Amino acid sequence: MTWTDRLLLIAAVAGVAALYPWLWGERGGEAEAVRIWAGEEEYARYPLDQPRRVEVPGPLGTTVVEIAEGGARVIADPGPRQICVRAGRLDTPGDQALCLPNRVTVEIIGADPRYDSIHY
Amino acid sequence: MAAPRYRPLQSDRDDLRIATLAALALAIHVAEAALPSPLPGVKPGLANIITVTACWLYGWRVAAWITVLRIVAGGILVGTLLSPTFFLSLAGGLGALGGLAMARALPGTGPVGYSLLAALAHMVAQFTAAWWLFIPHPGLWLLLPPLMTAAIVFGVLNGIMAQAMIRELGSQPARDGHEAT
Repeated sequence: MTWTDRLLLIAAVAGVAALYPWLWGERGGEAEAVRIWAGEEEYARYPLDQPRRVEVPGPLGTTVVEIAEGGARVIADPGPRQICVRAGRLDTPGDQALCLPNRVTVEIIGADPRYDSIHY
Repeated sequence: MAAPRYRPLQSDRDDLRIATLAALALAIHVAEAALPSPLPGVKPGLANIITVTACWLYGWRVAAWITVLRIVAGGILVGTLLSPTFFLSLAGGLGALGGLAMARALPGTGPVGYSLLAALAHMVAQFTAAWWLFIPHPGLWLLLPPLMTAAIVFGVLNGIMAQAMIRELGSQPARDGHEAT
């Protein structure tokens, strides 16, 4: 290993070490509000800094959304598979919980949206 | 007697080197493709030992030929020719050649530096290609730090192996009968 090699190695290690905070650091900015959709329409939009409990009516029954400590989660849903309940706490802009049978969507929004949609 | 309408092609010293080393690199490439990878995207890239050695001993042009031949022939053998894998591989190979060109431009770089720069450039080129061609999703960049870390580790290890190989090849006079007189 020559001295140039050693310098290159040090520079590479430093550069890659800097990549971690840069790319893994804060993503998507601050979560600001939660937007709740019922069917085709926006049902409500609440700031995340005030705790509250929202009951959203849907075709199957009532989906209950809890807002607390800068995040939101679905605590009860009439859907058979409970997918949106298991989505757990949402606290990053772009996080979503979809209660499809009851046609309710819970979505966290931030100052600037991370992406419009994701397709798999 | 009409003059022959063709000119027999003479293979020169570099052609033979390219063919031999590309065959060697190809064998390593295919053997490595059979190995399971602990993480998607992390591969030791042992074939680059040959590329680095060739670049050091015989110049960048020989290394470029070996890289392109290995990737195209490797694509045929592994069955990924013209698939996304192949294009990622090609982007990485061309990136690595860029890294080697950079290493040659720097004063006092040894084989380890060659290998390190090539590995890093390989990874960056591959990510850029993946972003442009296949997955323009911001989540892709979350993979970059760990893969760049792997690039440093394997770049240095391959460089050390290339250095050993260069020492071995340089320690005795070449006696393959194809040397220029």
